Amino acid sequence: MAHQNGNGNGMHPQAMALPPAGFLKEERGRYGPIFPKTPACYGFTIIAKIKPGAEAQIRAHGKTLEDAVAASPDVLAPLQLHYLRWLLFDIKGDTYFMYQGIFDTDFDKYTEDAVALFSATGITTIFTKLEGFPEDWKTNAPAFVKFVRDHHHPSFLEYGEYPFVSAQEVKKALRMRQAFSEMLDESQ
Amino acid sequence: MTTASAPIGAETAGSATGQLDLDDLQHFLVTRTPALAARYEFLSFENADAGRRWLAGMIDKIGTVSSVGTASPDARWVTVALTHDGLRALGVDDAALATFPEEFRQGLAARAELLGITGRNQPEHWDAALAAPAFHAIVILFARDLAERQRCERTHAEYLARIGGVRLLGSLDLHALPPFGEPREHFGYLDRLTHPSIEGTNDPPTPGSPPAVKPGEFFLGYADESGETPALPQPEALTRNGSYLAYLRMQEHVGVFRDFLRTHGGPTSEEQELLAAKLMGRWRSGAPLVLRPDKDDPALGKDLSRTNDFNFAKMDPHGYGCPVGAHIRRMNPRDTGDNLNRHQIIRRGGTYGDPLPPDAPDDGMDRGIAAFMGCGSLIRQFEFVMSVWANNTSFKGQENSRDPIIGTQDGTLDMSIPKRPIRKRIPGIPSFTTIRGGAYLFLPGITGLRFLAGAAAPEPH
Repeated sequence: MAHQNGNGNGMHPQAMALPPAGFLKEERGRYGPIFPKTPACYGFTIIAKIKPGAEAQIRAHGKTLEDAVAASPDVLAPLQLHYLRWLLFDIKGDTYFMYQGIFDTDFDKYTEDAVALFSATGITTIFTKLEGFPEDWKTNAPAFVKFVRDHHHPSFLEYGEYPFVSAQEVKKALRMRQAFSEMLDESQ
Repeated sequence: MTTASAPIGAETAGSATGQLDLDDLQHFLVTRTPALAARYEFLSFENADAGRRWLAGMIDKIGTVSSVGTASPDARWVTVALTHDGLRALGVDDAALATFPEEFRQGLAARAELLGITGRNQPEHWDAALAAPAFHAIVILFARDLAERQRCERTHAEYLARIGGVRLLGSLDLHALPPFGEPREHFGYLDRLTHPSIEGTNDPPTPGSPPAVKPGEFFLGYADESGETPALPQPEALTRNGSYLAYLRMQEHVGVFRDFLRTHGGPTSEEQELLAAKLMGRWRSGAPLVLRPDKDDPALGKDLSRTNDFNFAKMDPHGYGCPVGAHIRRMNPRDTGDNLNRHQIIRRGGTYGDPLPPDAPDDGMDRGIAAFMGCGSLIRQFEFVMSVWANNTSFKGQENSRDPIIGTQDGTLDMSIPKRPIRKRIPGIPSFTTIRGGAYLFLPGITGLRFLAGAAAPEPH
C-alpha cells in the first residue's frame, strides 16, 4: 500500500523532527488538535505525578493487565496498539508515572473507546492515582481528554525502521509468512 | 443512509414501560409515525417575548411518547427543537448556556471541517436560512398525507401572522416516494431497516440486532451505557428529558449514481445491481449481501425478522459479500466495531423532491434526504459516526476511501470490493450526495419547552 509520507513499501527507514507544539500543521479533531502520524505511527507520552503512597498499587496493576491480556488477548484491540510502555520515576522526591503508547489511529478517533476500555480493564485504577485526574472521567470525556492533553509531552523526533506500517499490516505479513511456510510444507 | 429516509414507517412503539418519563419526552425519537408527508419550518424570533408567545401556543400541539397514538387516528405529529442561538433568544442566559456541551454551542457549521464535511459539502454552500445566527427554531411536521400537511402549513402560517414577531426563514417540504408502504430513498434502496432499540420502550431489537441500549444514550437525565447518569446542562428544568439533534439535508445526485453503475458495473442490469449492492452492503431490495452475496432476495430484504440477522466478523470477515468500506458496514460495524452501544443514533426524516424517472438523464432538480440524528451526546455519537466511520479514509484497514454513499467524495478516493482471486478497485468515486444544510438542535421535553415559554400565555391557535 502507499504509506502516508512514506515511499510506498514501508522498508526505508525514516525520521521526522517536530516543533515544540508536536505538529507541523495544525489539524483539528473533535477534541482539539490532532497530533500527526509519524514514521513511528501515532502515539502519546503522558507524564503525571502520582498521589503519595500509590506506587505499590500502580506497580501491582502491571500484573493485573498482564493477566487480563493473557485471559483475553483481544482486550486492548480497540486501542490499535503496537506497544505500551509504563514506567515510574522520581524527581525531587515525587514519583511520576509515564505512559507511552504507540498506536495506529489518532487519539481523537478512539477517545471514547479508550474511556470505555480503561474502565473495563481497570487501567483507570492507575489514572485515578494520578494527581489532577478528573473525578467524573466516566461521563465527561472532554475532561478526560483535557487531562491527557495537559500531560502529554509531544516528541521532537520520531523514527521508524519500517515507517508508517500498521500493526494490522505487520500481522498480515506474519500470517502470509506462516501460510507460505505451510504451503511449502504441503508441497514436500 | 439506511434508515433516515422517507416519512416514517407504520410501526409504533406504543405504550412504553420503565422509568422513562413518557408524558414529558417529545415523541420524535421514540415513536415512528405512519406519515407520508412532512414539512420542516426554520424560524427566527425577533425578540424573546414573541418567541415565548409562539412557543406557548405550540406546546399543546406537540406529541409526547404517551399521547401519540392515542388520538383516533392521529393525522399529524409536531416536534419543536431549538438552536443554541434560539435558546439564547428565548432568554437562557450565558452562564446556563456555558453548561451545554461545547460542540452544541459551536454548532454544526463550525464543526463541519473536523467531521470531514468539506469541499462542496462545506457550510459556505449551505442553505442560507440555516447558516444565519437568526435561525432559532425548527418545527418538524409529519403528516399522514399531503392534504393534511397543506392544512397544517396554512394553520401555522395564520398563527405566525396573528402573533407577529416570529419570522419564517425557510422551509422544506418532504414526501415519501412511491410505491408507498415501502420506504425508499432516491437511489432506490429500501430504507429504515435498522434502528437502535431503547430500554424502557416496547420496541425490542430485531433478530441479529444488538441489545437495547440505556435511555441515557438518547435522553438527558438517565443512566447511559457507562452505568452513570451524566450531569445535566443547566437549568435542569430545561434539559431533563431533552436530546440533541443533528440535522442534515443531503442532495442525492441520482443521474451521477446511475451513470456510475452503468460505467463500472458491467453491461447487464444484474451486474449493475450487484455494484449498487456493493456500495450499500444491501441489495436495493434491502437483502443483506452477507446473507445473499450473489443474488437478490426481495422477500428477505423487507422481512424485519430476518434482514438484520447477520454479522461481519464471523460470517464475512474479508468482505467478500459486504465490502468493508460499504455504507452499512461503516454505519453499523456490528461485531467488528467496539463499544457500538456508545455510538448509536436514532434517525428520523424523509425524502424531498420528485423521483427521477427510470432511464431519464439527470434533470438537475434538487432531491434527496433531510434527516435528524438524535442522541444524548453529539460528539460521542453523531460526530463519531461522521468522522470515525463515514469520513475516515483508513476505516478498518481501508486505504484511501470513505463511505461511498454519504462520505465526502472529491473524485480522488477509491472503493475496494474484495473478490477472489484479487479485489476489484474502483478509483475516483464521484459524489453521489452533497450536504446542502445542517444544524445542531436541542430537543427539550415538554417541561423544558414550558420553561422556555415562561409565563407567556398561549394564544388561541
